[in-house]
Amino acid sequence: MKIAIASGKGGTGKTTLATSLASHLAESRDVVLVDLDVEEPNSRLFIDGDQTHQQDVYKEIPQWTGACSLCGQCQDICNFNAIVQVGSQIMVFPELCHSCRACSDLCPESALPLKPRKIGILNQFQTEDLDFVESRLEIGEQQAVPLIAQTKHYVDENFDDDFIKIYDSPPGTSCPVIEATKDADYVILVTEPTPFGLYDLKLAVEVMRKMGKAFGVVVNRYGLGNEDVIDYCQLEGISVLAKIANDRRIAELYSGGELIYTSIPEFKEQLFALESRLTLHDMVGAV
Amino acid sequence: MKIAFTAKGETWDSEIDPRLGRTVFILIYDETKNELSAHSNADITEQSHGAGPLTVKKILDLNPDVLITGNGPGKNAAEVLNTSAIQIYIGASELTVKEALDAYKNGTLSSSSKSMS
Amino acid sequence: MKEIVVISGKGGTGKTSVMASFSYLGQADLVIADCDVDAADLHMLLDPDYQNSEDYYSGELAILDQEKCINCGACLDVCQFDGVQKENGIFRIEEMNCEGCGYCQRVCPTAAIHMETQKVGQWYSSNSKVGSTMVHAKMGVGAENSGRLVAQVKNEARRIAKAEGKEIILIDGSPGIGCAVTSTLSGADYVVFVTEPSVSGIHDLKRVSELVQGFSIPSGCIINKYDLNPQRVLELEAFMEDAGIEHIANIPYDEGFTAAMLEGKTLVEYENSSVSQILVESWKKIKQFAKV
Repeated sequence: MKIAIASGKGGTGKTTLATSLASHLAESRDVVLVDLDVEEPNSRLFIDGDQTHQQDVYKEIPQWTGACSLCGQCQDICNFNAIVQVGSQIMVFPELCHSCRACSDLCPESALPLKPRKIGILNQFQTEDLDFVESRLEIGEQQAVPLIAQTKHYVDENFDDDFIKIYDSPPGTSCPVIEATKDADYVILVTEPTPFGLYDLKLAVEVMRKMGKAFGVVVNRYGLGNEDVIDYCQLEGISVLAKIANDRRIAELYSGGELIYTSIPEFKEQLFALESRLTLHDMVGAV
Repeated sequence: MKIAFTAKGETWDSEIDPRLGRTVFILIYDETKNELSAHSNADITEQSHGAGPLTVKKILDLNPDVLITGNGPGKNAAEVLNTSAIQIYIGASELTVKEALDAYKNGTLSSSSKSMS
Repeated sequence: MKEIVVISGKGGTGKTSVMASFSYLGQADLVIADCDVDAADLHMLLDPDYQNSEDYYSGELAILDQEKCINCGACLDVCQFDGVQKENGIFRIEEMNCEGCGYCQRVCPTAAIHMETQKVGQWYSSNSKVGSTMVHAKMGVGAENSGRLVAQVKNEARRIAKAEGKEIILIDGSPGIGCAVTSTLSGADYVVFVTEPSVSGIHDLKRVSELVQGFSIPSGCIINKYDLNPQRVLELEAFMEDAGIEHIANIPYDEGFTAAMLEGKTLVEYENSSVSQILVESWKKIKQFAKV
């Protein structure tokens, strides 16, 4: 079972919810938390566990062997201008390459074999109850999508289907978010009850509907702003799974890297409520 | 000697284009023939990605000895420039092509190490 | 002309709210560019009139003509992105996954696939309520290539600044460190980080400042909601000193920002408070540091 935690707007509380929800569910079930916000992965700051594994993650890029007839087919084939023939050289630009392999496969002289290029690092941790996997994109690396894809693949290879997989997704609505949420069985959209929160939530809802995803909304910092987000969800027939009160204590705990639910009983209540709603939706098995 | 300029127009009075990869025009001044020719870069400025290397390739195919531009090459463009002996001069932004040529002759432009870091 | 970019690394630190106030304060001198194209919110505080708009095209999508398709599966074999899917014996292109590489088109024996350029959004140039011209964009959902749309917004802002004789381009950036942020930073003269004193805020700031230092752009930092965690503030200040980032100001947590937002106003318009004063002082300092 895969549950993705996403949002249109950044800073609404995805990681707060993902880390607490994962930890809470892990008390009674097998759970793995996966941080797919590979540009700025910070779930790790809240999970106190032992590192059990680390590996470099690669994408495959063509590398010119240095000898060919300079037919220039590779340059014509590449839709991303990542290969350019200059004089008697074939030059490859790794950050522009999308690893489609067309140039490499179709080169009549096999002069562009694929070589690995490091794009990030994957880390695995374990606490008493919870498994946790995160990936971080190398600074200067432009594309998050290949790293997100490989991280999900790693998790599927190492954790069987009995595990509840919680994906902490990147913010926004563009390609990294699509990649992070496209395989989820259910998506929880976290928002805040402000004009920015509502505007970006609508964008996120548009994406979810376009992908045909089942989703619900958690309103964080409820009490700040106004009721427009609630009214919108009602109008659109979108489930509001939980409302987490605007509480300075939560902000302070979060700022110190502490898991919220262990210290704030009201928050723990909301998690139980969220768990019930997810059970009702058949997302998590009843315990 | 042939001198290339990144420019916003096709004449001596046109302003230097500060960009390299997405320059609108490439002008070539052939000193021996005293001729200025203009080459449109529109096909490359339309590209989503990778304009730098393609523009440099276009420039190198015209065989200039010197390139005069504004900001200088980004990383990928610089890599391609390094495959040739062409000399790069930057700092010509906001000058006309004519003024840029004079500035180059007077030694008031900065020579670039081919990489804008 | 100076380009000042406001970014945060982490979302939710108050970057757009702070930036909007700077737009208000600097109105006569600047052109505004909203490069947070993925989730652009600045327009809610600056009331642009969308005077000019242009469609933005980027990338390609594979289109499969079922009538020409002979179900050989060559396209499925080569696609690395799960862009080709087989359902009930029929092959189809999954739009959300198609990377636009064109490999399938090249291997199709019956030319049943062709590539089409995609409209992925629109960009606009508007008059804003503060009098400055604002260039902004809206990207289609799931669209790729926010990096080039950002470049488009900035180029238009530069052109307008030149035409209007404005000294400053003030740019709202996006969270993260990927293609959109890199594109936003290219050509910047000064970067303003807006962060918060939390472990996440510090962590994300460090990553994005590494990117900024890689471009050798001078920078300064505003610590927003500083009273949430004094200890983290000290940690941030130590980091800033080590990294050579100027400390512009500390702003206390103020729900005035939200109250102002509800009325579609920037904070400095909404209230004449000590926080407004900090923003006024910060803007002066930023102009100084950016050598405007």
